Amino acid sequence: MAAKKKEFRVLSATAILGYGFPEASFREGMKRRPDLIGVDAGSTDPGPYYLGAGKSFTNRAAVKRDLRFMLTAGVRGGIPVVIGTAGGSGARPHVDWCEEIIREIADEEKLSFKMGIIYADIPKTRVREHLAKGEIVGLTYVPPLTEEVLDESVNIVAQMGVEPIQKALADGCQVVLAGRCYDPAVFAALPIAQGFDPGLALHMGKILECAAIAATPGSGADCAFGTLREDSFVLESLNPARRFTKVSTAAHTLYEKTDPYHLPGPGGELDLTGCSFTELPGGKVEVRGSRHVDSERYCVKLEGVRRIGFRTIAVAGTRDPIMIREISGILAGVESQVKDILKAESVEGRIYFHVYGKDGVMGALEPERRVRGHELGIVIEAVGPTQEAADAVCSLTRSTLLHYGYPGRISTAGNLALPFSPSDARMGEVFEFSVYHLMPLAHPEDFPTRMVTVQGGKEPK
Amino acid sequence: MKRNILTAAKVVRSKNSGPYELTLDILFKDRAHFDLFRRRNIVTKRRIAALYRRPVADILKIVYFEPSNALKVTMRRPIPSGHPGETDIYGAQQHAPLLRLTY
Repeated sequence: MAAKKKEFRVLSATAILGYGFPEASFREGMKRRPDLIGVDAGSTDPGPYYLGAGKSFTNRAAVKRDLRFMLTAGVRGGIPVVIGTAGGSGARPHVDWCEEIIREIADEEKLSFKMGIIYADIPKTRVREHLAKGEIVGLTYVPPLTEEVLDESVNIVAQMGVEPIQKALADGCQVVLAGRCYDPAVFAALPIAQGFDPGLALHMGKILECAAIAATPGSGADCAFGTLREDSFVLESLNPARRFTKVSTAAHTLYEKTDPYHLPGPGGELDLTGCSFTELPGGKVEVRGSRHVDSERYCVKLEGVRRIGFRTIAVAGTRDPIMIREISGILAGVESQVKDILKAESVEGRIYFHVYGKDGVMGALEPERRVRGHELGIVIEAVGPTQEAADAVCSLTRSTLLHYGYPGRISTAGNLALPFSPSDARMGEVFEFSVYHLMPLAHPEDFPTRMVTVQGGKEPK
Repeated sequence: MKRNILTAAKVVRSKNSGPYELTLDILFKDRAHFDLFRRRNIVTKRRIAALYRRPVADILKIVYFEPSNALKVTMRRPIPSGHPGETDIYGAQQHAPLLRLTY
């Protein structure tokens, strides 16, 4: 291994690729001569649809804009660029989508470079083998995986750790485009390969993957800079409007986590029980004491979804005080009437009412049982096995609710205010999470990687 | 007289922790309030379960995090994120019942 450097400097472009950043912040980051430009491009937060449909939850033009800055600065400056969880969910269609954007930029900017494209898709046959051996373990509250659910699932990906990224970089890739990836691995792979402490590198990555969200005032659309040293790391904002404080940094460690002291990842967990945060002059924070503890067996988290049907919705409202008072009984009555008709017609479908002003936001968790507003918003949601079935259920539910007779009714011309014509909107495929399990991995670096030479602005041979 | 949580806390928020869990954070105004809540064990699984109308078994854990003077409660989502019947994919608007906490 080469002589160990004293520090490793990382520019994190933005919280999620496509969320944007001020050009001035990025330039400020480049002035600090980073050893790595990284960005996390994904999240399961936007729900199961995007993984299942193979679509990005971020906008193509916005992703291209962010990548253009990163690629031109990285390739021209000889700085590695690492992108994790391409396309938002990191399955093959998402990686392909991002690759196409990168090639367009390379052409437009006349950039040539070697790129490593790492796929995170896991074949079902492989999952099935582990399942048969009892080696697929659900995370908390996740039902055990069955053969049937596995068969129905699509786009199963594994969150890769640092190893495949390290391998691509060691093979001389200037740009690494990774599928589903443990977010911190984007930022930690290279420094760990260079001998920096994995605990500190991964904890720094954990914060940098959200970029300026961990600063104050926080922003999902700004850069952040991290400097990793032998026994600590330092975070700084690149925008004079924000700074990192002890409170903002520590609070971020809580964000979206079950237990802030123990953060599990591929092959182990980050132990932050001995961690300290110290403010430095200039709006910086220094973090010490983060440790990485290897698990007995290297496991990765699998994510997969299955399609459960199609959705059609209608948006409506009511301003009638008697209807508002009677709303629970009315909706139950409508649902039962609609279901009787559907049954007779052999149409399958499920109906959900989202009643804003009552419990539209919290559903079963809503402790407030009284309805006190002067109007209610009602979203009719129909899910059926085909788009046509969903359309039929939504339409029938809307028309039944519009003219439903209820006790004390005075507004006999119609129960709903419909803001749109057409009133019903097709929402397309509906997916649900079906795989969220751990799987052992004997060779953590062993994700299929394709090395390509991108030659921008040149005619193909 | 009992005081409301907002006299002690400056941030009260909720968010998914993965698609199957909901996590609630209370960031206290200062170390004194953090210590008071921890010492007197003001937030219990039973109390959270009552506020959210869930069985106590669905409240996974309560963790005190000193570096942020924070208290974190993680619970089971009534349904996994995005399953049929979902109301809040990100889980970012599930904090309001905590505002009923008094001490």
